[in-house]
Amino acid sequence: MSVQIEKAATPAKSLLVRGYEVVIGFETHAQLSTQSKIFSRASTAFGAEPNTQACAVDLALPGTLPVMNKGAVERAIRLGLAVNAHIAEKSIFARKNYFYPDLPKGYQISQFEIPVVQGGDVEFLLDGEPRSVRLVRAHLEEDAGKSLHEDFIGQSGIDLNRAGTPLLEIVTEPDMRSSAEAVAYARALHGLVTWIGICDGNMQEGSYRCDANVSVRKPGAPLGTRREIKNLNSFKFMQQAIDYEVRWQIEQIEEGHVIEQATVLFDPATGETRAMRTKEDAADYRYFPDPDLPPLMIAQSWIDEVRAAMPELPQAMAKRFEAEYELSAYDAIQLTQSKAMATYFETVTKTCGRPKIAANWVLGELSAFLNKARIPIDDVLVPIPTALGALLQKVEEGELLNNAAKIVFKDLVDRKDGEIWELAAFIERMDKSIKDRDLGQMNDSSGLEAILDEVVAANAKSVEEFRQGKDKAFNALVGQIMKASRGKANPAQVNELLRKKLS
Amino acid sequence: MTRPDTDLHDLSLVALAEQLRQRKVSALETAQHFLARAKAHDALGAFVARDDAVTLAQARAADERLAKGSTGALEGVPLAHKDIFVTRDFASTAGSRMLLGYRSPFDATVVTRLAVQGAVTLGKLNCDEFAMGSANENSAVASVGHNRPEPVRNPWNLEHIPGGSSGASAVAVAARLLPASTGTDTGGSIRQPASFCGVTGIKPTYGRASRYGMIAFASSLDQAGPMARSAEDCAVLLSHMCGPDLDRDSTSLDLPPEDFTRALGDSLKGLRIGVPTEFFGAGVSDDVRAAVDAALAQYEKLGALRVPVSLPRTELSIPVYYIIAPAEASSNLSRFDGVKFGHRAAHYTDLADMYRKTRSEGFGDEVKRRIMIGTYVLSHGYYDAYYLQAQKIRRMLSDDFQRAFKDCDVIAGPVAPSVAWRIGEKSEDPLANYLADIFTLPASLAGLPGMSVPAGFDAAGLPIGLQLIGNYLQESRLLNMAHQFQLATDFHTRKPQGIRT
Repeated sequence: MSVQIEKAATPAKSLLVRGYEVVIGFETHAQLSTQSKIFSRASTAFGAEPNTQACAVDLALPGTLPVMNKGAVERAIRLGLAVNAHIAEKSIFARKNYFYPDLPKGYQISQFEIPVVQGGDVEFLLDGEPRSVRLVRAHLEEDAGKSLHEDFIGQSGIDLNRAGTPLLEIVTEPDMRSSAEAVAYARALHGLVTWIGICDGNMQEGSYRCDANVSVRKPGAPLGTRREIKNLNSFKFMQQAIDYEVRWQIEQIEEGHVIEQATVLFDPATGETRAMRTKEDAADYRYFPDPDLPPLMIAQSWIDEVRAAMPELPQAMAKRFEAEYELSAYDAIQLTQSKAMATYFETVTKTCGRPKIAANWVLGELSAFLNKARIPIDDVLVPIPTALGALLQKVEEGELLNNAAKIVFKDLVDRKDGEIWELAAFIERMDKSIKDRDLGQMNDSSGLEAILDEVVAANAKSVEEFRQGKDKAFNALVGQIMKASRGKANPAQVNELLRKKLS
Repeated sequence: MTRPDTDLHDLSLVALAEQLRQRKVSALETAQHFLARAKAHDALGAFVARDDAVTLAQARAADERLAKGSTGALEGVPLAHKDIFVTRDFASTAGSRMLLGYRSPFDATVVTRLAVQGAVTLGKLNCDEFAMGSANENSAVASVGHNRPEPVRNPWNLEHIPGGSSGASAVAVAARLLPASTGTDTGGSIRQPASFCGVTGIKPTYGRASRYGMIAFASSLDQAGPMARSAEDCAVLLSHMCGPDLDRDSTSLDLPPEDFTRALGDSLKGLRIGVPTEFFGAGVSDDVRAAVDAALAQYEKLGALRVPVSLPRTELSIPVYYIIAPAEASSNLSRFDGVKFGHRAAHYTDLADMYRKTRSEGFGDEVKRRIMIGTYVLSHGYYDAYYLQAQKIRRMLSDDFQRAFKDCDVIAGPVAPSVAWRIGEKSEDPLANYLADIFTLPASLAGLPGMSVPAGFDAAGLPIGLQLIGNYLQESRLLNMAHQFQLATDFHTRKPQGIRT
């Protein structure tokens, strides 16, 4: 369900596709990280044998009744607080009635007219620019089971393990104007729900799945008819699916066809979307308040408790990084794209004592490595933050030049054993790398003096030019000295000694 | 053991429990006696499930506990449950083909609570399919001793219906097949059959008794309650049926269990009995009117005051109820789809055909009618006009009661406009059946406690019940009112003609 409203929160850059404006709204199902189901005490663990995690309530046996899982509500409150939404004091559970074999009760318990989370917005960066997508609502509901069509000849199997798993459906306004923006939003929301610990974010297991409502229009025209792409469970497919859908809709319109409201599925094998059902066969779900569940009442005191227990949110953390570590706004936002990265950065900073250097390294060398290796920041191959901190401390204390540290870093991540290393192992590798490659900085002035004398003697012309007042000549000399020291000399020290020598 | 002076089946529940406690009679003897009696009266069609071995095993276990000095309040007392309560030991059908032979893996909370007190289950009692009916003519399940579904018979006149939907629960008590039974009341399903069979029954405040394990008809209305010959027996049983069940039923009231016998013996002096003018309209038969009048006069003798009150929307309770209850039912009964349990059509071409055939075969006419009404009133474009409107009037009905309770302590009137009608008389006319619910529906819609107390007989000897409606949580007061009346009258002790004693 989504309502398309003619008004975007923040005007996006014009991103017309063949003269058409793309309009995208999202409905995301985040599976909540509770141990038990939303209305029963059965486990929510993934991957068990079919129908082993479905109790009498999940099977809808006669006489069973739903009882709300407080943990699911608590997680909805957390999301509401994280996106600055209104948390309804009173919200209502409704029944969405339809027949399907994997829907045991013949209705899904969801929230319809009055959802628990109302409004709010999700902020993120798109090509370095801050963007904001408004949320319409987020509501609690139960998941259905699964129909298994593959393993049964001429029949379908039903696995009700997933039936009753708590979901938070998060619905946006149609605020996104490109597939890139849609993916950036989906990533940001993914980062947020995992950041606040309400969802494990595992997209392969279906813990975080998105439906994209896509339409196109000529700029300034009323909203076009939308088609809903269901169950996008990877960011890659998300972009492909939306791009295909946009192309398809534009082609249809250009060929004089009218877009019909429809639900479509994306097939990663063909890269195409195809219609599952059109508006004509849309069911009448006969929503009505579930008489088995009284209105969900949330006291302000509970909201306050949840707020007090909330982790620091990315935006607040970014602001703090700016103030506390004197980072640029851009760096601070980059560093708070995930909780893991933010925590990593703070540990590096604490170890080396230099936030700016830590930020440069985490966003530069480390991020480049992560992207190249396609691994998350908490992978075993990634030096633990105290190890990177120790490395940067050597730079800070003048033992190692920045460029030398980069070489050492490559040695630290160049390991195939896949073992978990303690700090000591990293330090050992670090010291060995510095020694073997002779990267230690030349701090003894006698060695440097010798190089200095050699260079001065060999570059009489530059010395003469400097004495005539040409600063450029001085820089050339410094460059020669650095080269001669194979980068190990401390440039500041070289400057100082050279000036003394030439004065 | 010394045999008690009176036949076991003539003892009240309280007296029988006492005999058992004092070990004047064993639970096993008691169970055997009642099983034999039930079998001898199978022509009434009260039981849909009995299993002597299960019952006798429960009785032996009760005897063992009695020997060890058990303190269970109902140790060895035989009871039977309306077949709306799910039970592990007996099939649970809700009177429907859909659930023929269905075995629940768990017991309803009410069943468990009574078992914890030592009650011995004699079996399951017939009822209208999914509790939908006012005559117990709608069961699709053949009673024990019958080879096809037949109407359950009123022991006061076998050609008459016993009322419904807890018809057999009332029959079993009236015919003294049991000291007491359980029933459920959605729109009057305890009170009306109690009235028609001359027994005492109470529907507590909505939320008092757990609905867990009650096969749902209309969730916002369904309530369990006891049926027995006296108010005192009802009070004992109700005390053990009710109590919070917050882990299983979200509509269960978070109140500590209550001893509903605590007010028995209170004086009625000065008690204001509100008599709604709307409960004595044109449709009420003369015999009913006379009996209710006489009962009110009796209350005045006991010191109570008669106060006229008004429940102006009484008539509206019929359309309101017959929108809300079917709406909820249409959704509650969706789970009976042939996929997981219960009936599934033998032959079908595809999924839609499986659903269609399974539900066409599994449900009876009245159930189908209500599913269709319910589906209609919830449909897009009709929801506001029917369901939402009905909910608004339901709220007004509740407000009317609260206004009335400013002027009175309890409300009294007839349970039904007439006595039990002849079998088949209204079975082709659903509307006539619905109209007969007019006086029980208001309390159901408001969630108030209501009870039926035997208050006389018509010229043909059919019982007439007096309805008492209390404000929320006033069950103890209602039960004492009925108890005081029963101390002064003997309607509740009379035995039906034609039943071997």
